[in-house]
Parts: sequence; C-alpha cells; structure tokens
Amino acid sequence: MVETSDIRVVRCGGSKVNLTPPIISSDSRFVLCTSGDLVKVYSTRTEEWLHSLQGHTNQVTGITLNPANHLQVYSCSVDGTVKLWDFIDGILIKTFVIGCPLFAIYVSEKHTGVLFLHVSMATDSKNECFQLVSVHLPKSAEQEVEAKEMSAVSSHISKNPSCTAFGRGGEYIAFARHLQLNVYFFRKQKTYSFSLKATDKKGAKNAFTCIACHPTDDCIATGHEDGKIRLWRNFIHKKEYTYSTQHWHHNAVNTLCFTPEGTHLLSGGIESVLVQWQYGADNRKEFLPRLGGSILHISASSDGQLFCTSHSDNKITVIESSFKVCGVIQGLVKGDAVLTDLMIDPRSKALVLNGKPGHLQFYSLLRDKHLYNLDIVQQEYIYEAGLDQFEVVKAAFDIKGSWLATVEERGKKSSDLEFFLKLWAFDERTQSFVLNTTITAAHTDRIISMCFSSSEETTMLVTAAEDSQFKAWCQGADADTQQDQNFWSCDFVGSYHKLNPTNCSFSADSSLLAVSFQEVITIWSPDTWEMLTTLCQPPGVIRDLCFGRLSCSKYLLGTTTKNLLCCWNLLTCELEWSTSVDVSKLQPDPFSENVAAFSYQSKHTDLFVFKPSEPRPLFTNKNVCSEKVHRAVFVPREEPLNSCDESTQWLNRSQLYFLTQNMDLLTFSTATEEDRMLSSSKQLVIDDSVAVTPFYLLLGKHRQQQQKLNTQSHPVSDKPQQTQGSVTIKELLHTPAHVLPAASVLCSMFVNSFLISNTGVQQDPLR
Amino acid sequence: MASFKPTKVQFLPKLGEKVTEDTLYWKNYKSPVQIKEFGAVTKIDFSPLAPHNYAVTASTRIHVYGLHSQEPIRSFTRFRDTAYGGSFRGDGKLLVAGSEEGLIRLFDICGRVALRQFTGHSKAVHVTSFLSDGFRVVSGSDDLTCRVWDVPSAVELSSITEHTDYIRALAPSKLNPDLFVTGSYDHTVKVFDMRSGSSVMTMQHGHPVECVLLYPSEALLVSTGGRYVKIWDLLKGGQELVSLKNHHKTVTCACLSSVGNKLLTGSLDRHVKVYNSSYKVVHNFDCDASILSMAVAPDDEVVAVGMTNGVLSVRHRKHKKDKETLTSRRRRGPSYRVFVKGKNFVPRQDDFLVSKPVKQYLRKYDKQLKSFEVSKALDTALQMWTRTSKPEVTVAVIIELNRRGTLKNALAGRNEESLTKILNFLLKHIFDPRFSRPLLTVGDIVLDLYRQVLHQSPVVERQLQRLMEVLGREAELQQELLQVLGILDTLFASLTPRKEVAALAALPVDQGPQLQAA
Repeated sequence: MVETSDIRVVRCGGSKVNLTPPIISSDSRFVLCTSGDLVKVYSTRTEEWLHSLQGHTNQVTGITLNPANHLQVYSCSVDGTVKLWDFIDGILIKTFVIGCPLFAIYVSEKHTGVLFLHVSMATDSKNECFQLVSVHLPKSAEQEVEAKEMSAVSSHISKNPSCTAFGRGGEYIAFARHLQLNVYFFRKQKTYSFSLKATDKKGAKNAFTCIACHPTDDCIATGHEDGKIRLWRNFIHKKEYTYSTQHWHHNAVNTLCFTPEGTHLLSGGIESVLVQWQYGADNRKEFLPRLGGSILHISASSDGQLFCTSHSDNKITVIESSFKVCGVIQGLVKGDAVLTDLMIDPRSKALVLNGKPGHLQFYSLLRDKHLYNLDIVQQEYIYEAGLDQFEVVKAAFDIKGSWLATVEERGKKSSDLEFFLKLWAFDERTQSFVLNTTITAAHTDRIISMCFSSSEETTMLVTAAEDSQFKAWCQGADADTQQDQNFWSCDFVGSYHKLNPTNCSFSADSSLLAVSFQEVITIWSPDTWEMLTTLCQPPGVIRDLCFGRLSCSKYLLGTTTKNLLCCWNLLTCELEWSTSVDVSKLQPDPFSENVAAFSYQSKHTDLFVFKPSEPRPLFTNKNVCSEKVHRAVFVPREEPLNSCDESTQWLNRSQLYFLTQNMDLLTFSTATEEDRMLSSSKQLVIDDSVAVTPFYLLLGKHRQQQQKLNTQSHPVSDKPQQTQGSVTIKELLHTPAHVLPAASVLCSMFVNSFLISNTGVQQDPLR
Repeated sequence: MASFKPTKVQFLPKLGEKVTEDTLYWKNYKSPVQIKEFGAVTKIDFSPLAPHNYAVTASTRIHVYGLHSQEPIRSFTRFRDTAYGGSFRGDGKLLVAGSEEGLIRLFDICGRVALRQFTGHSKAVHVTSFLSDGFRVVSGSDDLTCRVWDVPSAVELSSITEHTDYIRALAPSKLNPDLFVTGSYDHTVKVFDMRSGSSVMTMQHGHPVECVLLYPSEALLVSTGGRYVKIWDLLKGGQELVSLKNHHKTVTCACLSSVGNKLLTGSLDRHVKVYNSSYKVVHNFDCDASILSMAVAPDDEVVAVGMTNGVLSVRHRKHKKDKETLTSRRRRGPSYRVFVKGKNFVPRQDDFLVSKPVKQYLRKYDKQLKSFEVSKALDTALQMWTRTSKPEVTVAVIIELNRRGTLKNALAGRNEESLTKILNFLLKHIFDPRFSRPLLTVGDIVLDLYRQVLHQSPVVERQLQRLMEVLGREAELQQELLQVLGILDTLFASLTPRKEVAALAALPVDQGPQLQAA
C-alpha cells in the first residue's frame, strides 16, 4: 500500500450560505453570511464574493454586527469561540474562547460588552438541551481571551435560533419553545411565560416557529406551525396580555422580521412568498412571490432600504424596500439528495447536478461559482409541504456536449409513477440547451440507468428500466411519425430472460454495449444489435459496470452486491481477476486508464485507484470520510500537472471530486497544487470598491500621488507602509463620521500613515 | 424572481399519413355531386375540346353533361339494348358507341339520329374508339374479334381474331393512327398495328383485363385486371415495370390526371386511388358503390366516377377564388402598421432608455391557476370550444391540477350540468391512449366524490352507465389485442433460428467453475 502524505482531502466549494440569517452592513454595501467555517462577504451591488473571514475551525453558527462599532462583526462557531472581525478588511480583531459549542449569538445595544449565546448543555448528544447564556466580555488587549463570566438567562430554549429575539432596545428578551412563549425582563430579572394549547377546535398547530420583537413598541410577533402570525401586546402585565392573529401562510412561518422603523413586518415561509404586513393596519399586505426555495431567514438593513432573504436552495436574495429584487447570491444548490450523478459538461467543464427543484445546475468548480440553472421540468413549482414534485433523477451528456438526456420522475410514494425522458440539444446561438424531444412513455417502469454512446459520429442513447427491457434511442429515422429528422425515436428494444437490468455502459469506442441483468452481464454489438456473449459471476447482483479506457479497453469491470470487484477480459471472455471489496462507487477516469473505487467498510470510506490491467492499486487512501460515497466524478484539469511522484500521478490530468451522503463536495489536492494556489492568491490584491465620497476625492488623489512618488523612489519599501496606511485610510473613508472615534484618537494614526517610513529612507543610500 | 410558468400543453405527433403536396392537391376537391342514371355507368369520356363536356354511357342511353351542369345537355337514346363505350373523336364533334346487340353507332354531337351504323359483330360490343386520324373506328367485341371500320363509307376495313376471350379493354394510340391496344378476358394485352394487320406485342397480365391505358408518351402501358394494376414498358418490348396491388377487389378502370400524369385507378372495392410518379398511393377517394368507370377532365377540373348503382359522382376542384370570397366577407383586422408601431425605433446615442418590462400573456386557465382558482381553471379548460377542438389543452390542465394535488378540489362541489360536461369529455376521450391515464384518474375521483349522490340525477347515472360500457368494450379489445400479440410472438419465436440461443445459454454454465478457480 502506498502511504501518502502530500495528497489530502479538501472540502471544496459551495457550503451552505443559508444556515444563519445574512446580515447587511450599516452602509448597505455588504452582505455577510456564514458558509461552512467561513464568513463570506458579498457586495450587495455586484453580488460578487469579495472576501471571506477565515479563522474558525468548525461550522460558523451565528454572526451579528457589533452594536458598539458598525464595522465589526461577531461570529460564533461550534468550535466554542466567538471572534470579532473587521469585515471590510477581513482582519481578525479578537477571539473569545467560551469553551463549549455555540449555536447562535445575539447582541443588544443596551447591553454593551455582553453577548447572549445559545450553548448546548453537553450532557449527552441524544437529548439535546439548549441554554441561553449571557457572557461578559473581558476587556483585555490580548488577541485571544478566555471569557468565563457566564450567567444563564434560561435553560430549555428551542434549538431554532429564530425563536429568540430582543425586544424594544434590549429591555427584554423573548424566546419560545414548543407551545410556550417566555419573556425575560432584564430590569425586573423576571420571566413571564405565556402558553398556548397544542391544538384548538379547528385543528390548528400552535407550536412556535419564530419570533420577532417590534423595535420601538411593546409588541412581539410570533410565527406558528400552521402559518398563523400572532402579535402579542401588553405582556408586561402577566395576566392581561392580549394577542391578535393574522393568517395568510398556509404552512409554517419560517421567519419574521420587523423593519428598523417598525412600520412593517416581513414574514416568509415554505411558499417562497415574501409578505410585508403593515404594522397597525394588519390586513394590508404586499407580496413578492416566486423567489426561489422556501424562505428561511429575513433580515433588514439598519436604514431599512434593503432586505435580505435566504432560501432553502442555498441562495440569498437582496430586495429593495420597494419590493424589487436587486441581487441574487447563489451558492451550490444542494437539495435533500443529489439524485443525478455528478457530471461534467464537456463544453463548459462545469459540474452538473440537481439544483433547484426541477432544475439542473451548472457550477463552475474552478471559480466556485454558480453559472446557471437549466429548467428541466418547465412547470410552475408549487411550494407546498408534502406535495409530490417532479424531480430530475437521471441526466447524461454525450461526449461532445451537444446532447443532454434527462429523466424526470414523480410519484415515488404513490403507485402511479410518472416520468419523462427528455433530450436537449445544445444551441450554439443562445449557448444553452434547448428541448428537442420529450418521450412520455419511454418505458413502462422506472428508468434505472442511462448512457450515451461514446463515439463521435453517431449519438445513441441507451436506457435500461425496471420493466426488464433496455432501449436504444437514435436521432431521426422513425417510420411511424415521419417527423422532422431531428427528433429522437426508439431504435431497438432488448431484453434478457425477462430479468431486470441494473446497469448499462458503452465501451470507449462504442463498439460494445454492456447491460447487466441482475447477476448476468450481456454484451451487445450496437451496430447489429446482436448479443455477443454473457458474463456471469454468480453470487450477487451487478451493481456497477464500467469499461476500461485507452490501453485497458479490453477489460470490463463490474461490482456486485456481494462485495466483489471483478475484471473480465473481453478478448478471452474470462475473468481476469476479482477481489473482495465492497465498492459503493466505481468511477473511470475518461482521460487515463485509471479507475477509482470507493469502498465503504466499517463506517468509513476508502479510496482505491487502480488500472484494470494491474491488480495492484496505484493509490490508496484509507478513511477518506466517514460516510458512504455514491457520487464521484473526474474533472479534467485546465492544464495538466506534471508530477512524477507515483502516488500523485493519477491526479495529473484530472481531479477527482466526490459527494458524501451529507452532501459535502470533497476533492483531493496535491501539495504542488496547493503551493500554486497559495502563490496565486497572494498576487490577487483585492481593491474592493471604495466609495467615492468628497473626502475620498480629496485624500485619494493625494494618496495616489504619494503612491506614485513611493513607487518611483522606493519600490522595495512601499509595500508594508502602503498596507498599513490603506487600512487606516480605508477605515476613515468607509465609516460614517458619527460612528468614528474622536478625531484626537485617530489623528496620530492618520498622520503616521502619511509619513514616509524610516526603513525606506535608510535603504535609499544603499542602492 | 421568476415569472409564472404556463401550463405545458403536450404536443403529440400525428400518426398516419404524411401530408405531401400530392395529398393536398387531391384533397382540394369539393364534396361530390351525385347524378342518378338509369343503370350502371359503364363509360365516361371527356370531350377533348374546350367546354369539356363529357359523355356518360349508362343503360340504353348516352348523356352528355356540361362541366358544371347537373342536367344532361344532350342525350342519345336510340339504343334498343344497353349501350357501351361511348367515346369522343379527337375534335369532339363525333361520338361512337357500341351496344349489347352488336351494332356500333356513330353520332354527331349536335344531332340526335345516328349518322352511321356499323354492323358485323355477332355479339355485344363493349369498347369502341376512334383511331387518331379520326376517319376510322376500332371496336372490340364479345365475339372475340377486333374490327376497324371506315367512317365515311361505313364498311369494315379489317377484322382481327387473336384474342380467345371477350375483349373488354381498348386504347388507341394518339401518336400513330395505325396502333391500338386491346385487353381481353383471356388475360392478355395485345398491341395491334393496322399496317401489318396483326398483333405486334403480347403481354400476359395474368388476370382478365378490364382496362388498358396508354401514357401520353406512349412508352408506358397500364393494364388493370383482377386486383392488379400493371405497368408495362413498351419501349423495352413489353417488359413489366411494376405490379400494384392496392385494391382488394377487381380494378375496373384507370385514368391519368392531366397535371403530372398521375395514375388513378377505380375498383369494385369502392375506392379510387391516386398514385404518385413512383407508384405509391398518395390519396384515396371513397365512393358509395363499386366503381365501374372513371374519367378526369383536362386540368383535373373534374373527377367523374360512375358506379354500379347508376350513380355518377362528380367532384369539382376547389379554386382560390372561392376561398377569397369567403375571407373577404370576414371583418378585416387592424393593419400590419398598427402592430409594428414604434417597434422599429432605433434609439440615438444619448437617449436615455427606460425599459418596460415585457408583459407575460397568459391563457385564461393559466391566470386562474396562477391565483390558485382550481375549479375555475378546470371550468375554463372544459369550455365547449376547448374541449372539442383542443382536447389536449383540457387534458393538460387536468394533468397540471393533478400535479398540484388539487384535482380533487377542482372536481368537487359541482352541479349536474358541469358534472355532465366532465363525464361527456371522459366518454369521448377516455380510450384515447394519449389521454387515458389522467382521465382514468378523473373518473376515479368523480366516482369517489359523488358516490353518495349519484342516484339523485338520472342523467349522470346514465352517463356513468355508458362510461362503464365503453370501458368494458375497451378492456375486451385490449385483451383480444394481447391475445393476437401472444399468437404473433409464438410465430416469431418459431421463426428465429435456435442455435445461437442454445450456444449462449451454455456459455455462462461453462464459465462458472473457471471463474471460481480464478
């Protein structure tokens, strides 16, 4: 076994951006959101990803602006730390070590120096119990501080972070759990609780799902599981509280948010309609429908001009207060499960997989950017819980990328299965796929496997279905319909002893088609549709099937459910070798002979990379991840690496990406590659758009001149000085004057930044 | 924010005949005019001259009709027995006809009395014709002879007895006055040359010949007899070019269209078939009775078909003129200018462009679906016009409602009238394979919803009864079809060679132990 240290598994791209409510900076120029263990900063205007705040070692679970300084942001993470950042420059200012996993963070202007955090009472993981604690932040100049001064506000709170909110200037904090609403008054140090019945006569589900407090009024808005919104008033007196009910949402209200002035209440749920209720005149509401996935969070900017909604399809929408969408930040969409294989679009080299419901998404791995969604189902999506929707379950590209075949399916639960086979042609003019043929009843039962022939001349599609048949589809040549020659029609129907097919695959030159029927593999000639031979390895149904490439094209690989990986020689029709390994995914590299096999054994996944001609694996990686791997793909590199190390050679021409059951997209990266990445990122100087203010015009001109001077005279020395200067100047320029510290504090720093540093002068005579 | 996606109406390819120019051309006839004659119409002949009147031989009369008249403009009734084969001379002034008693009469088209009578045949003369010089008449008779007569002197020039059975087909050459072709019940087609006085070519048709026809180039000869239509190449010495078997009863007549020389054949099976130049059937006229005779007017203005029940059916060509008069009556819409107004304006460089959002036009049912008014959407889709002329739209809306899980809501709470509409739609389309699946779901839901109240309405009850009958019949049909499929499968299975299957089945068994060893 080859042990490797320089290849490591890297999480790449597309973490969730919708886990926590996004926040808009006070000048409405940036949107901050959590993304895995990063906090990403996007521009609201251009929707571009500017930079990320890197430092946490685990999932970031909450971010909030520092009420004392609007240029700073607190973030909390499962790793047990709260970090304070300057988000414009991406500088970590302070780290507070709390010591236990944190799940949400709240701050209030009234309580300076105090953070309110959700912590998990780490008794046992099964019976999770969350606690709301307040933490006094010690005043210390050090970078890393331990904050141990904790006091519990309440135990037994909901694990949903949107069920906690500060009321009117931080006088009280409201939190709800199941059917109970609690309000804790800081002044009285008392908790009032109000509870609802589980169901009333009309069968309403009253459990709380979210809370928002009016910024200036004593009013708490609560969302409920059945779509009701209740507005609680007069709760200061425990007995005389009242509430009014509004009902528009037909399903659970996911989030509520008051605008900063308190004139409107925004609500959102699974319907993906943003509803704006006028405060005080509750029956007047505005709608913004069809935003995308269901709305998970809403947040408003401090001036009330922008709203942000985050959606279940990993998307953040920026909405103006006039209810117009002005920006969409789209991450890699990860649904509940990726049903299609991971694929590479041969033209754009983009990763293709399930995206929004009923769509295929094209995602550029190189730039970690969502390119576009291709609407496959072409139907209005109905946002309703429990509705059986059409989903794209299979997709395949032909070798040139000019054809795309998709299968969409509905009715997994009910008995009547509906599915369509669609063929899409690439349109050069619009640079996207256009629907060519829809086949309504391609088979009588579910399509299990689908592949295009790999030859350049003729494109042929083979589908294998549970009705114990496989069909070959060709373009044109249908005597019945006599349509235009561009449509696809069935060419051949094959079956073998009424067995259900499990997989199908074309050889590299498309001269052979292998279709596995339960335990038997049949080899067909696509030219004459003659069955050439059958191969069989009795115990276990064939699970995966692939032909070798290039010099190994005479081999056929198959895996069975009885943990066997077999390799047949097609020239002799004999088994070349077989080994006992539970392979969950077999993935051939289209650009080399290599085949990657993921095996799942004793709760972790191992990777073997081998050539079919040699039984010895080229590369082995034990314990790649702890989940089963069902989807993997080789992505061709833009420029091949030229590593000659035996263990990394297989990564020279293409890169292996795989998707775990938890929907993490992982890849392997080599040491040389990382070096290259690092150097390139250093060169990249982010000059994020500095706003053109009169102050900037005055100072910026001066600075540019100075820079010019510097570059002329001291090309070596200007680097450190410039960065130091730019930070201060930037901070000065970006911050509104009323939030800046006193001018006397800034003055020395500011003047310092203009001074030519000492080192530069010293170096000058040396030259 | 995405816009509302309208309901997708499935486009289903039309199976069956391909629409070509030929079919369009031959479909472009008005519905036939029926003229009742006194007996079976045995011969129709168009005058080659301009008004293109046509002579119809039926029973003991020959009627001459004008192209657009339904009453005969002239009739010749001086036959004692059945008249046969009335045909015009090349100048359209003379008409010759044979008869059952063996006499051949020659008429002037303007006169009433026969100008000449040719006597000599001992049996009925079924076919007569002028030779192309116009001075001689050729006739074929049941007495096995073929005679040529001189018109001015009314004497028999020659008599040829080569056929061994009744002569029932005759075609003179238009290019050579001495040539003619005869077809006989002795299964042969013979080409005669008057200069040699005997047949110069003989072709075996294989069935009693009912009709022979020469192409205008006279290189090709058509003969019909039995169920076959055969085309012979005369330039290759009478070689058979094609044999067509498109009719399922005796083919009695054939003629050529004057535009593009398309072949038309009529048969006792009541069909007229039109062939294209590669002898594929491109169009089919249906008639009420067995066809005995047929003719096409020059320029294909009229197709006249004579039948055994004495009905002459005349089809006239539709003309663009007729259509125009129809459309001109319709109110004219706004002119093209109205629609392009302002659309082709090119903004100047310093113009400030205010883009107007493109308005999405939705159908009425889509608008209702957008606002989740499911019952109304179904009502809209079930409107008379939609459900009769575009059932696929109605079905598309039903499918969409089913996908949204609201089909039950849309179907519930209906009164007798609207329920009848739905049931009528089901009755009409439930066995259409394209629609049956969603419509069966609709049927199920309707039964579930209204089971309790069905007996209150006799109308609905009756319709459900009919629905049950229809479905029962369809199920029986399907079962029968499956049986036929089974029979065919056994036939095919017995036809395919067995050797390979056996070899392949043996293979994996052999390999088993080897693989284990490996």
